Parts: sequence; structure tokens; C-alpha cells
Amino acid sequence: MRHQAYPPTFVLAAGLSLGLSFFAAAGLHAEEHAAPVKIGFVTFLTGPAAAPFGIPDHNAAELLVDSLNAGKVPAPYDQIGLGGARIDAKFVDEAGSAADVVTQFRNLVERDHVDVVVGYISSGNCLAVTPVAEELKQLTVLDVCGTTRIFEEKSRHYVFRVNPHATMDNVAAAKYVLDKIKDISVYSGINQNYAWGQDSWRDFRLAMKDLAPKATVDKELFPKFFAGEYGAEISTLLTSNAQFIHSSFYDGDLEAFIYQAGARGLPQRIPLVLTTGESSLWRLGSKLPDGAIIAARGPHTFFAHDSALNTWFHKAYVDRFNEQPIYPAYDLAQSLLGLKTAWEKAQAKMGGRPATEDVIVAFEGISIKTPSTTVQMALGNGHQGISDTAVGTYKFNKADNKPEIVDIVRYPAQCVNPPADVDSVPWLEGGMKGAKCD
Amino acid sequence: MLTAFAILTDGLVYAAYLFLVAVGLTLIFGVMRILNVAHGSFYAFGAYGSAIAVGMYFDRGLPAAGGFLLMVLVAMAIGLALGLALERGLLRLVYGKDEIIVVLVTYAAFLILEDVIRLIWGPSSYALYQPLGIAGTIDVGKLVLSGYDIGLVALAVLLAMGASFALKHTRWGRLLTVVIFDRELAAALGINVTLVYTITFVIGAMLGALGGAVMAPKIAVTLGIGVEVIVLAFAVVAIGGMGSVGGAFVGALLVGESRAAAVHLVPQVELFVIYAVMALVLVFRPQGLFTRAQPRKI
Repeated sequence: MRHQAYPPTFVLAAGLSLGLSFFAAAGLHAEEHAAPVKIGFVTFLTGPAAAPFGIPDHNAAELLVDSLNAGKVPAPYDQIGLGGARIDAKFVDEAGSAADVVTQFRNLVERDHVDVVVGYISSGNCLAVTPVAEELKQLTVLDVCGTTRIFEEKSRHYVFRVNPHATMDNVAAAKYVLDKIKDISVYSGINQNYAWGQDSWRDFRLAMKDLAPKATVDKELFPKFFAGEYGAEISTLLTSNAQFIHSSFYDGDLEAFIYQAGARGLPQRIPLVLTTGESSLWRLGSKLPDGAIIAARGPHTFFAHDSALNTWFHKAYVDRFNEQPIYPAYDLAQSLLGLKTAWEKAQAKMGGRPATEDVIVAFEGISIKTPSTTVQMALGNGHQGISDTAVGTYKFNKADNKPEIVDIVRYPAQCVNPPADVDSVPWLEGGMKGAKCD
Repeated sequence: MLTAFAILTDGLVYAAYLFLVAVGLTLIFGVMRILNVAHGSFYAFGAYGSAIAVGMYFDRGLPAAGGFLLMVLVAMAIGLALGLALERGLLRLVYGKDEIIVVLVTYAAFLILEDVIRLIWGPSSYALYQPLGIAGTIDVGKLVLSGYDIGLVALAVLLAMGASFALKHTRWGRLLTVVIFDRELAAALGINVTLVYTITFVIGAMLGALGGAVMAPKIAVTLGIGVEVIVLAFAVVAIGGMGSVGGAFVGALLVGESRAAAVHLVPQVELFVIYAVMALVLVFRPQGLFTRAQPRKI
């Protein structure tokens, strides 16, 4: 058998080709690692919820995406984008019917092929897209919505929510009210007639039943979402015997209610407990009488813990948008930084760009440092976050012409959230067993 | 007793709000047979214009009466500009076309105008809070009534009386009545129906903008306010009878009082009651309370 002798030029060409293919493969790997992560951000860009919620949420997303891509966010988020891969953001309007919102979600997944969807303000929309995200196997981080039903009705695999749900807000509000207003025997509530308002009122009422069993409900009002005119509701509350009024109103509904109620002396006569009130304080200013009890769905803005991350976030937001970041902006920061934490944890484990399943495994149960606090993904099999929270009392600073929160009380996460293996309603109905408030 | 009084007053205030929104819509339908979805935009433009202009006026500490007058003037100016632009620029092109086509055209105009609002005023919400404080309150036992709300009721009553008087006792009103009853006959009699259309549409637009302008102090003026209003206005107009100003007044009263009673007595059915009233009326009077059933022309 005779060996064929290859000419030296052939050997050189073959070697060169082999070498080039090796470098090309290596380059491809590097490129794949650094390929942008496509994130679809969904929030209200139009409609009544745009100004108070959608735009701050969108602004925070824009700020964080640009800053993360430039590697300008303080530690532990100083790595570029997500694990070195730049974020390619696509913004979608949440306005429209639930059917429209689901269609837009499908478009993001099937047409735009996003890697992750981050968003949704309305609890109704969160409930609508969650089963679709599971069906399409799409990693989705729900944002501002607060209904407890997402992870309590069914176990979820592809859906996460870093921001705590409404139970925390209402348990903290009930504790604060009972601490600040003595001998409460009667109270009323006005909440929007959909998932968010109904869940909020249910949780608050159950928490009050636990903490003040003799207190009774006088009026329970559920005007429709974006009703605009609240004359009859205000008369009903004015003629009630309530010692305070609970409301989870937000956006234009909250502001319209305050303008109309303030003009008729309702908040001056009966204190309001506004579980999302912080989001409207900068617009309401002196129109909201002092003494209203205010929360921010977490320890955000006025309630935020001091940290380099919070100082950076607040300053960067004010510098860029010339307005104060309110809690929907903080919510977006928590959602996106939660995703980044999980993504980079998965990437460190896999040694390369993580697949969706890797990110899911990394996301479950992690601890996330956010601008305002630390979130623990403790509920819903590690898919739902809990954090500490705070409640305070409103005071308008006339000298500086700006809102303030005084008399702030903080509540640990384990004090105002159910334990990992118990749903909200049974936990509240069972007397909040296992709560650790010390 | 206090609850009954509260139901009465709250019902009147809500009825005034509904009537102010619906009267322009029903007028345009009565004369032109156009179900104008863009009416919600007139309301929204009126509210934005009022919140900006009147807010600036009050911020300068000028006399209160001038602020209320400015509110009306702003609405008139906005209604005139928008009404003329929409009628002359768009609707005249589809006169005589199928009614569904015309509704779709007004719906398209509504969507475009929503975006125009966003372009002009951005996504921020605006507040015109001063008039509520200036108008003061009246205490009736535990109940506190807003002076501004009483003013709204008075404005709605004046508008209803003025419209009724103008339709029945002025030359222009009689001409309008002829067009409402039979536009072909009106044209045959030498009435300039095209001019009547233009003027009616502009007046309807002014009334829509006025509704928004006077409601601005009570609401957060923000994107999407026109959508909610148009649905309620349609319900009121359907109850009263399409094209009947008196019908809109009675429809607004029925809905207003029913809703107020529901909020005070059975708040769980507040949302249901508005449409229940509409359904009940339409079961017995499909043409609405104040419109005569018309023989079909062949």
C-alpha cells in the first residue's frame, strides 16, 4: 500500500483551513455568549394608568437597560447587561382588553422571539397572561400587579414575580391602623371592582378580623375601574360611622377620588388608609390632607433603606427624567434586577449563556438585592417574592412644597407574608400562624 | 331620611354629569343620524383644555368668576375648532354612506384624536383642583354637599331648558326640527341641510367639550378619559331615545338616581344597575323613551 504524498502547499492550506475553522468556532461561541438578551417590557404606555404607573415603570426600564448595558449600575449589578450580554429591549403597550394583552404576549413570544417577558401592571392582565406563558413555555417576570391568585391557584413553572403580593400590603396596613388609631370598632372600604380591589379588600378585612375581632365593617364599596365620578360613594362614606376608610385605589381613580372627597371634607373627617397612596403623592401634594395613612407596596421611595444602589437609582432617575421615582419604578427595578441575579447565577453554573430552564432553576428561591430592600423568592415554590414593608402617615411640607411621610413603622417580611407552604387566605383565616414580627 | 336625601342629591349630580356628556351626542344623532364615537374625544379635549388654561388662570390669583367663564370659553373654542375640522374635513365625505361606515369613520377619528392628545399633552395627568375649593360646601347633617356639584346640576338644568326653548321657540330650532323629522322634506322646502349639519355638529362638539371642561375639576385629566364617558353617554342616549334632548335628560335622571340608590343601598349591583335600567327600557321601548317608532320608508 502506497502512501500518497501531499504537496506542502496542500498541507499548509489544510492546516490553515483547520485553524480558521477552530477560531471561527471559538468566535461563534463567544458571539453566542454575547448575543443580546431580548426582553419584552409590557406596561401601560397609554390609557388612564399610563401617567401614574406605566410611565414610571417604562422610565425605570429604559434607565436600567441603558445603565446595565453600559455597565454603570453599582455592585452587585456592575456586569454588563445580563451576564455580559447586552439587553435588547422591546416595549409594548399594556392598554386594551385582556384578549388584546394576551395577543400582544403571543406576538412577543412567537413573532419577536423574546428571551424573557417582564411586565404587567393590571392584576387582571397578569391573571390573563400567566396560563399563556406556561403554555408557550415562556420565561415571564410579572411586575407591578399584586393579586395573590397567580401562584396560589396553581403551581407555575415559567412565571415569576419578584414584587410581593397584596397580602403583605394589607396586613401591614391593618397593623399600622390598629397601632395608630385607638379603639377601632367600625371601618369601611372603597376598592376598585376587579381582581386587585377585591383581593386587597378581602386580605385587609381578614387581617382586621384577626387583629381586631370586634371591629365591624360598615360600608363596602366597589365602584368600577376608571369610574371618574364618586359623588354617591363619598356621600355613603360621609354618612357612615367608620373610624377609617381603606382603599387600594390607584392611578387616576385615586386622584379623582381624593379631589372629590377632599372638596367635601371626607379625608378631614375620616382618615384614609391608602395602600398604594405613595404613587400619587407628588401629584396630589397639598390636595391630600395630612394624616392619611400611606404605603408603597414595599419599602420604596420614602421608605427605602439606605444603600449605594438606592442612592444611585434615585439620582439617576431624577437626573434623567426630572421627577421622583415612585413605587412602580422601584417595582420594575426589582423585577429586572431579580432576572439579572438569576440569569448570572445560572450562567456561572453553566459556564455559558444559560437556557430558560437553567434560569428557572437559578431563580427559584433566590435572594435579590434591590434598590430599596432585599427580596426573598420564598412563596409559590420559589416563584413569588416577599420583602419587608413599611407604612407611614402623610404630611405635606409647605415650606419645601413637597410631600413627606412621618411616623414610619417597618414590618419584617415574615411578619406580613404567609409562610412558604400556606396560601394567603387560609393563613389569614387561621389567625396568621407562623408570623414572625419581632 | 338622610340616606334618602343623599340618594336624591347624588343621583342629581350624577345625572347632571351624564346629561352634560350625552346632550351633544344625542343632538348630533337626532339631526345627522350619526352615532359619533368621537364625542368622547370632544369631552377629553375639553377636559385637557380646561385643566391647562383654567389652571394657569387660577394659579395667577385672578378673580374666580373669570376662571369659570374661561372654562366655558375654552370649551366653546375647542368644540368649534374640532367640530369644524371633523365635519368639514372628514364626515362630509361619507354623508349618504351606510350608517355602519359612518360609525367606523368616527371611531377611527376617535382613535386618532386619542393619539393627538398624547402628542400634545403627553402621558402625564393634569389636575384642576381650584374650582372645587372656591365653590365651597353646604353641610346637611353629616352630609357635606359640594357647591361645585350644585353648580353642575344647575348648569345641566339650564342647558336642558335652553335647548328645549331653542328647539321650540326659535326659527333656527324649528328648522332643526324639520331636519330631524325629515331631511328630504327639509331640503325640498329650501332648508340648507348641509349648513344645518355643520352647525349642529359644531354645537354638539361644543357641548361635548363643555362636559369635559366642567368635569375637569373633579377628575384626574389623563389619557383614556373619553373612552369611559362615551359608553355611559351611549347608555343614556339609548334610554332616552336617540336624538331626543328631553330623552337624554330623563335617561340621565333615571340612570343617575338608580345608580345612587344602588351605591347607598346595594353597592354590589352598582355596575349592573346602569345597564339593567337600559335593558329594561329597551325591552318595552326599543326606540327609547322619547322617540316615536318610525315607519320604515320604502
